[in-house]
Amino acid sequence: MISKKSSHRKSDEDAVATHHTMEIAVALMFAAVAVVVMVDSNRVGNGWASDGPEAGYFPFYVGVIMFISSGVILLTNILSKTPNTSTFVERGQFTLVLKVLIPTIVFVGLIWVLGIYLAAAIFIAFFMAWLGKYPIKTILPIAILIPLALFMMFEIWFLVPLPKGPIETMLGY
Amino acid sequence: MESLVNLMHGFGVLADPMNIVYMFVGITLGVLIGVLPGLGGANGVAILLPLTFSMSPTSAIIMLSCIYWGALFGGAITSVLFNIPGEPWSVATTFDGHPMAQQGRAGEALTAAFTSSFLGAFVAVVLITFLAPLIAKFALKFGPAEFFAVQLLTFCSFVGMGKESPFKVLTAMMLGFALAAVGLDTVTGQLRMTFGSVELLRGFDFLIAVIGLFGIGEILLTMEEGLAFKGKSAKINSKVVLETWKQLPRYWATAVRGAIVGCWMGITPGGATPASFMSYGLAKRFSKNGAKFGTGEMEGVVAPETAAHAAGTSALLPMLTLGIPGSPTAAVLLGGLLIWGLQPGPLLFVEQKEFVWGLIASMYLGNVVGLIVVLTTVPLFASILRIPFSIIAPIIIVICAVGAYTVHNAFMDIAVMLVFGVLGYIFKKLSYPLAPLVLALVLGDMAESSFRQAMLLSQGDLSIFWSNPLVGTIVTLALTMLFWPVISLAITRLRPRQATKPAVSLK
Repeated sequence: MISKKSSHRKSDEDAVATHHTMEIAVALMFAAVAVVVMVDSNRVGNGWASDGPEAGYFPFYVGVIMFISSGVILLTNILSKTPNTSTFVERGQFTLVLKVLIPTIVFVGLIWVLGIYLAAAIFIAFFMAWLGKYPIKTILPIAILIPLALFMMFEIWFLVPLPKGPIETMLGY
Repeated sequence: MESLVNLMHGFGVLADPMNIVYMFVGITLGVLIGVLPGLGGANGVAILLPLTFSMSPTSAIIMLSCIYWGALFGGAITSVLFNIPGEPWSVATTFDGHPMAQQGRAGEALTAAFTSSFLGAFVAVVLITFLAPLIAKFALKFGPAEFFAVQLLTFCSFVGMGKESPFKVLTAMMLGFALAAVGLDTVTGQLRMTFGSVELLRGFDFLIAVIGLFGIGEILLTMEEGLAFKGKSAKINSKVVLETWKQLPRYWATAVRGAIVGCWMGITPGGATPASFMSYGLAKRFSKNGAKFGTGEMEGVVAPETAAHAAGTSALLPMLTLGIPGSPTAAVLLGGLLIWGLQPGPLLFVEQKEFVWGLIASMYLGNVVGLIVVLTTVPLFASILRIPFSIIAPIIIVICAVGAYTVHNAFMDIAVMLVFGVLGYIFKKLSYPLAPLVLALVLGDMAESSFRQAMLLSQGDLSIFWSNPLVGTIVTLALTMLFWPVISLAITRLRPRQATKPAVSLK
């Protein structure tokens, strides 16, 4: 990993989670998924019907292998005498990640309500203003031109419809 | 000889001027994708795939594969100038490429990188030209058991050759298989793991997974590093290029070694990334200047770049001949072929001759075009990299969302992409490999149906996998690969005195 450690404040370097905890959590998640796969394959039948293997025949063993391998990861991490307690993510880093993730989730929600073009304009403008601290005169051209370029490319040039909202309907698209 | 005649026909297909235009567009988009964080070969091609639905399959695959060549070239630019690998396979290029740039030899480093990329790809394309028809002809005789055996070999090699923990490889791979099984089972017509949800009926499309895992996941990772681009500027003029070309023949041995390692790792799905590290490690061990590696040796740029490009190109060989992609990007190209109604595999060489040879011919031309494009446009792309992350990031996220939506015109897919993005971020940090996950998701249905057919033939008897020498050899080889971590451990235990070979640091 090529990482550039910038000068964070002290509290920014506190660990939100250690590798050890994350390894265990993710292995547990995998084991849970494996159980779901096995149970559902069992439901549709994992044996041999008169016309050949049943629907759950193949996925069931996928679930079994996944359960075993995630179990091994889980056990080696729990039983390890030298757990990897190094930081999985520092507080400062975690905040930065959330600063991208949360607006992106809101953006995806907005696509549903406003259509992708308007949502994209709002998202780009917000991102630039909040994280980039750009003045309005830099933000506006980018936030308007990018969705417009997408619109030209998809709706007009390639004739691929993207989700549209009330504004586009108003304009007759 | 027959290959050469076919290849000539292929060049005939390319004579259409529109195809040449698509080639240039593809290369330029590809370099752009390779340079930008969060967009890479796999998800870049995935996002642009829907745009090509209106083209003829030949034009479309030419453009998409050119995007791929472009991305392979583009990764080197960020590595050398910014010390940020644009693609995983260009990490090894940063070791010597960036020090060269710091010494003001960025132009030389880039010329060396591009030229050796070109050489690596060229060797791989020649290999494809002559080997692919033979393999395809051979594979025509394959039955379901043989196909499943080859697929098993593909997946087992991930376990045997991956640098990650074999259990993590297995777990990630099985997640891919499980996700592939979601939805309607085409054989029995039963619903699997949909839990009554209509959205899950369609199952998980791997294109969505690729866009999320590689696109959004990468953006989150980049953000975490609080990226500040501090790049070196590069001037490439014909004088620098010619000067560098004069020096390059000295490193022919390194280049040949890199190309061989690359082709091998590309065909067996080791992938471009381990190939580049392996080639760098070998060059370091065998070079007279090995000790100086890491301080700006041109040889240290030649080695990984030749291997990465050779691997990236030869990954298309199993994709075309057997329908088994050697890398995530090859998997996306395979997805494209399926969408256009072309079934990759041995029959492709019989039924779609024009398409196949057009594609192979475009690999030759595409790499020449690529070399010219990158050598002339480096300053332009370097300036794109100086655009701050807070402008680039939202644009890339928007592009990813658009790409995810256009696959099925489904809003839910955008949300699914986001979930995959978070998973990609966590998996990368815990070094769960993403490539086997993606390949399992792509090949899951195919592997399952060939397994079922084989089982039907034998009425559930596993011994069908050893029923003839061919299938037996492949399956045994696959199992050897699967248990390779255990076997190699046993070998080192048995010979404790022999010094373990100096490991190449991968981090």
